[in-house]
Amino acid sequence: MDVLMRALCWTAMALALIPLLSLLYLVVSKGLHRFDLDFFIHLPRPVGVPGGGMANAIVGTLTLVLIASLVGMPIGVAAGLYLSEYGESRFAGTVRFWADVLSGVPSIVTGIFAYEIIVKPMHGFSALAGGFALGTMMVPIIARITEEVVRLVPTSLREAALALGIPRWKSILYVVLRTAISGVATGLLLAATRVASETAPLLFTSFNNQYWARGPLQPTASMTVQIFTYAISPYDDWRDMAWTGALVLLLIVLLVSLASRMTLTKNRATNL
Amino acid sequence: MTNILKKAGALALMLGLASQSWALSLNGAGSTFIYPLASKWFYSYNQSTGIEFNYQSIGSGAGIQQLLSGTVDFGATDAFMSAEQMQAAPDHMVIHIPATMGAVAVAYNVPGVDSGLKLNAETLAGIFLGEITNWNSGQIAALNPGKTLPDLAITIVHRADGSGTTAIFTDYLTKVSTKWAGTVGKGTAVKWPAGVGGKGNEAVAGVVRQISGAIGYVELAYVLQNKMSYALIQNRAGNYPEPSIESVTKAAEGALKKMPDDFRVSFTNAAGQDSYPICGFTWILVYPHINDSAKGKAMVDFLNWAMDEGQKSASSLNYAPLPDSLVAKIKEKIATIKY
Amino acid sequence: MESTQSTSAAALQAGPGGPPPGPAHSRQGTGDRIFKLALTAAAALVPLLAAGMLLMLFTSSFAVLGKTGLFFFIRQEWDPVREEFGALAFAYGTLVTSAIALLVAGPAGVGIALAITEFSPPKAREWAAWMVETLAAVPSVIFGLWGMFVMAPFLHTWVEPVLEKFPGRPFFVGPGTGLCLFTSGLVVAIMILPTVMAVCREVFNAVPISLRESALALGSTRWEAVRLAVLAPSMPGIIGALILGMGRALGETMAVTMVIGNRPEISANLLGASDSLASAIANQFTEATSDMHLSALAALGFLLFGITMVLNIIARLLVWAVARRMQSVGGR
Repeated sequence: MDVLMRALCWTAMALALIPLLSLLYLVVSKGLHRFDLDFFIHLPRPVGVPGGGMANAIVGTLTLVLIASLVGMPIGVAAGLYLSEYGESRFAGTVRFWADVLSGVPSIVTGIFAYEIIVKPMHGFSALAGGFALGTMMVPIIARITEEVVRLVPTSLREAALALGIPRWKSILYVVLRTAISGVATGLLLAATRVASETAPLLFTSFNNQYWARGPLQPTASMTVQIFTYAISPYDDWRDMAWTGALVLLLIVLLVSLASRMTLTKNRATNL
Repeated sequence: MTNILKKAGALALMLGLASQSWALSLNGAGSTFIYPLASKWFYSYNQSTGIEFNYQSIGSGAGIQQLLSGTVDFGATDAFMSAEQMQAAPDHMVIHIPATMGAVAVAYNVPGVDSGLKLNAETLAGIFLGEITNWNSGQIAALNPGKTLPDLAITIVHRADGSGTTAIFTDYLTKVSTKWAGTVGKGTAVKWPAGVGGKGNEAVAGVVRQISGAIGYVELAYVLQNKMSYALIQNRAGNYPEPSIESVTKAAEGALKKMPDDFRVSFTNAAGQDSYPICGFTWILVYPHINDSAKGKAMVDFLNWAMDEGQKSASSLNYAPLPDSLVAKIKEKIATIKY
Repeated sequence: MESTQSTSAAALQAGPGGPPPGPAHSRQGTGDRIFKLALTAAAALVPLLAAGMLLMLFTSSFAVLGKTGLFFFIRQEWDPVREEFGALAFAYGTLVTSAIALLVAGPAGVGIALAITEFSPPKAREWAAWMVETLAAVPSVIFGLWGMFVMAPFLHTWVEPVLEKFPGRPFFVGPGTGLCLFTSGLVVAIMILPTVMAVCREVFNAVPISLRESALALGSTRWEAVRLAVLAPSMPGIIGALILGMGRALGETMAVTMVIGNRPEISANLLGASDSLASAIANQFTEATSDMHLSALAALGFLLFGITMVLNIIARLLVWAVARRMQSVGGR
């Protein structure tokens, strides 16, 4: 029985690794086919015209993540600071509860929300709407991580700041937050990779664009939407580019997430 | 602090001024039916004029909706808007500019069976109603003596989104099958008795390519670009014409004689020996009054270009160019667009 | 030493009201007040956003709920032409996909978490965990790609024929296409596996070693020790993990829409195509031709959000309960 259960557990592990390996193998092998210069510097071209690329989609994703961070970071960090510094009240409890709710919202719902409050009044799809939708998803992640890392800042630091006569708000901002800044930055990166992988909320907010988006008030291409569009098409060249897009996106996401996880565990270790 | 503000302000001003010199950009959405041709048009037009027409192929239904919501500057559809739909527009009117004519091919993926399987109206309806479920059915075999049909289940692939292609296809089936008319009817989105759904002509073609035994209705350009097998559908005269520019043009002849002023007309199941039975127009949709004058001018210029230069590239993608007599009438219509 | 710490701590707790020594503490008071206000405002945005979304979905659903009433949620009809809408078919697809995902990812996640925390050498643990968590970083649309081009054909060619023979009816009736509930469930299973595994791992690690040691000291085998000392007390936490995984599965959009077949239908046949709440919204939102249609889609969104929220609350309560129980059990 003992042996049986252990064997089952290891089988589960193996079974979980098979799809992962299969997926990685597929993305790499099929993605390399179009992993060329054209892909990175050219705009999409109509079917049958060779040399198209996903340059605008790559820049689009970066733009969207940037806008999302501009929305999510101030609110998230401030909320996280509130929870760690003033977080014993019932209000704080409410905030934590709703942050959990917000983090569980299906991403397509954030898309509907952004459509209603930005796209419709503005009469147009825009990177702003897409970035906003992604930003609302970043808020709970950043808030939670900020609260966590700021709590780890030793009380002695806060006391020392106060003893020197520094006002409370300055001590929080310039001493406490500054100490925790690398942890907060890690939280931001984790949240950014999470939203860079999203597709659904962009479908009717940032929409898509065959060209460069001229500013945040225009629709923009993004890697995830472009991968989706190409994947469901029947054209071989487009399908190849979908895999290459997947490869590039996966590389970015894995690298950033790996780096941030390592920094986060290092932070936890040093701060303890 | 003020220093930073000053610099930021200067930068913003510069960007603002610079953006004025950026190329004009219009957004459009709609028909996936016309997408292979439209994308080629917009690409060539951009190369020669620098103006960007950002067209997203999301289906005719979505194109109409986004135009009415005001989120795009123009739409494209293969199912003309009804009078009720147009009520929602400012001025209660949307101008339909025929851009091209195309054929809806019935593509299939059956190992061992080449292109050119013959299907008549009854059999086609029977398949899509879910009544004929296997490729080796007697009905199909009777129409195709000499072809060995495998024992393979038929998987129907239809559109999951609001589609003008669906509108043309179901319009045809409604005309030729009373059973279809009674149970399913016609429209951009119908309740399909059977099958799986794909988003856009692209996905339907993609799924048919993936699944052995699949059959789906797709615009001809997709079928030819991907070298898919397609069926020959019996027309009203009893013949089996190839879906092609000629057979589509022949089908349109009757409709052209009685063309209404607003160009909203269907010509499925047309009379004529060589008419292909499942085909239709794609219209570009614009408002009669375009608020932004720069965009309005760009739109009108493009539409006129589409009537001249554009028609020349249609045939290379197997879309039927519009006959000259029709083009003349359309240009008169284009001239009425105010901006 | 102790007393100075506690007075400083008291000063900290007192916030801007309490008077720290030094000149110009009225200026401190104002600055602190403004700062706290700013932080509170930001924190308040969180419930505002979440509740705002919920409210917006609810008000957008008024049109269709006004027409069909609450009956909307148990109705199967979805006909945009006749403007007859009902959520049941999509709810079915969402729930069945998530159920299959959970049935697969649940035991697998627990098993892998056990393998990592109980049965493997310490050095291998971090690596094994990292590998499975890599799955968590993979974007959903890539899973959709993989599901469409690898999983669906694989299941269609190798697995479906077997399942059609046994157990066969009524759950596995051919012929399938690979684009079905079954594929959808399996793809989502792999996507939620890291979540289930990660939470289970935390829960198992929280169990004090003393429990395991006492079980072993009493003469149990390794597996019995695990079962009694780890699994039993962790049960609420495991359920919490499962519910969290379910929450993620419910909201999954892109991977599902690429493999589920996009056909709103309710059938016991898992090899048949279906559709899900999120997938329907993604496909139809931009083209909802009437206000009623849009309202119906918003109502689907409301239903989805509602289910997810309820499950989230239950999960949090359970995981919190197990944390408290561990404190009281292993406190010494």
